[in-house]
Amino acid sequence: MYWARKSFTLLLTLAFVLLLTFFAFRIIPGNPASAILGMEASQEQISELEQKLGIEGPLHLQFFRWAGGVIQLDFGHSIRFSEPVLSLIASRLPVTLSLAAMSLAITLLVALPLGIAAARARGRFADLFISLTSQLGLAIPSFWMGIVLILVFGLTLKWFTVSTFVPWSENAWLALKSLTLPAIALAVPQIAIVVRYLRTTMLEQMNEDYVRTAKSKGLSNANVYYKHVLRNALIPVVTVVGINFGEILAGSLVIEGVFTLPGMGRLLMTAIGNRDYPLVQGMVLLIAFTVIIINFVVDLSYRWLDPKIRLK
Amino acid sequence: MPLLTDWVKKAIEPEPSSQQRNCRLPEAGERDEDELLAVRNLSVNVKSSSRPVIEGIDLTVGRGEIVGIVGESGCGKSVLSLSIMGLLPSALKLGGGELRLNGQSLHQASQRQIRSMRGKHMSMIFQDPMTSLNPTLTIGEQLTESLRLHLKLGGREARERAVLWLRRTGLPRPEAILSSYPHQLSGGMRQRVMIAIALCCEPELLIADEPTTALDVTIQAQILDVLFRIREEEQTSILFISHDLGVIAELCDRVAVMYAGQIVEQGTVEELFESPQHPYTIGLMKSIPKPEKKGMRLYAIPGTVPSLHDRGEGCRFQSRCAHAAAICLDAMPALEHRGGSHAVRCFLASGERREMDV
Repeated sequence: MYWARKSFTLLLTLAFVLLLTFFAFRIIPGNPASAILGMEASQEQISELEQKLGIEGPLHLQFFRWAGGVIQLDFGHSIRFSEPVLSLIASRLPVTLSLAAMSLAITLLVALPLGIAAARARGRFADLFISLTSQLGLAIPSFWMGIVLILVFGLTLKWFTVSTFVPWSENAWLALKSLTLPAIALAVPQIAIVVRYLRTTMLEQMNEDYVRTAKSKGLSNANVYYKHVLRNALIPVVTVVGINFGEILAGSLVIEGVFTLPGMGRLLMTAIGNRDYPLVQGMVLLIAFTVIIINFVVDLSYRWLDPKIRLK
Repeated sequence: MPLLTDWVKKAIEPEPSSQQRNCRLPEAGERDEDELLAVRNLSVNVKSSSRPVIEGIDLTVGRGEIVGIVGESGCGKSVLSLSIMGLLPSALKLGGGELRLNGQSLHQASQRQIRSMRGKHMSMIFQDPMTSLNPTLTIGEQLTESLRLHLKLGGREARERAVLWLRRTGLPRPEAILSSYPHQLSGGMRQRVMIAIALCCEPELLIADEPTTALDVTIQAQILDVLFRIREEEQTSILFISHDLGVIAELCDRVAVMYAGQIVEQGTVEELFESPQHPYTIGLMKSIPKPEKKGMRLYAIPGTVPSLHDRGEGCRFQSRCAHAAAICLDAMPALEHRGGSHAVRCFLASGERREMDV
């Protein structure tokens, strides 16, 4: 029942995204044929090229042609690169996904201990310091953070080489190293959000009766916080992290530009500039699909964290 | 008012034998071998204003004894029990006085020392079993963690002992309960689990803070039965906090009545129920519903407990007392022995009021 309902919502959302990505981009003026042929092209030349590119005829017919292809996992050919959309995405996706995953990992690794520490030191110096710093982290845009990181750790200290991406298949260590700075830049605002959120939910949970029970057993403070309180406090935090994963993905499109990483972000910019309909549609669809899947994973993690949901 | 005339008579003509009986409350510094918990002149203050929430508390719990603490909401019963456990909320702190368990001072003990005693030498069950268990951990996890911590048991031994204790509290299918979560159990079952958690390391002292208040009447009786049985079997001392005099009479050996942060009367159950002397105790007893008074209006003590800021110089009960006189407004009566282990904090019960009034 659960899976049936889940799959149904997944399909419905995807169908809606399919519609939206197709029509939203067609509303924007300009088309690929005139973009390729330039200002002086005649109407005949343009319609000839349109036919060649498969973007002629009424919009709804175009849509059904495209949607039919998508169902068979055929996303068409890119106009700009004259390559299948799927293989173009496949070459860029690992960079973006690993960047997003890395920044998510950094976010959790840093934010969880800090949030707990802030809650435990409530009202004392450590709490104040963490809260103030996280306010700052929230205010800094990640592209600026990226530039500063390049300047300090790339150009001045020379700990990282900037602007050279080594694929994972070539050298995993160098790949990891080249993704570290952009992942940090992306993670900073996320860390700030999670720290503040976790601090609040921890403090809320600490007033609960079960915490008193745990203490009355003689458990150490660390045990009470990490085992009893954290698990309960994480339930609402997971929602925030899940929602923000979309934001991390969007942010990575920008940060790839700052660090000149060959990911989805730069591909998308090029595709939009060239009115490369099939490529843009394919990428937006894929990004939407990723976000939906992440939300699904969030849902699953609730079931792991909260036994009440698990048994329903 | 037969009761009232009774005690007035008693106050005027004290039993001749009462003076000869030795007092059960030992003086400060003295220690009785049978004595497990000793509270001497204890006060707990509000951190910000140093106002005492409870003060001058003298209380002893002997080995294997069940001592009841009774009083209205807000009289400081829970504060007293939390101060013994070292679990006072952050706004409160221990003031003067002494707090000893097994002769070891809890007052001077470090956080670490108190922690090592909690769950092992003293443990506590709480009022609301619905919220007192962690909703995200299995019963087994919550039950075995103190066994692993205090008795250093391994996984299997801890499980076996957990099953044993769940069975002792009267839970059916204890193996199945170990792997279930709190929300799958009823209130009564959860309170049994709480009792198992509190007792599995066989502490000398169990503090039960209104353990049956949130449960329905049939379950209440079962839970009391479990506590009573375990006391018989394990010689566990119980400090039983309740606002229900009926429950106290049934379960306890001795009782202390608390009012507005003080003990106003204490004694054995027989002493207190047969000859209550403090007007507050008498009022509490009159407000117990009785079948023979069916159809009549239930007695209620007029007024409410004075708040922390409204406590004056005089007797705390004075504003609600039908017998209050001038001295009650000006001076605080002391908790005086009335023979046996009976002690009362009232001018009327002691000699002073009598001399002044007559």
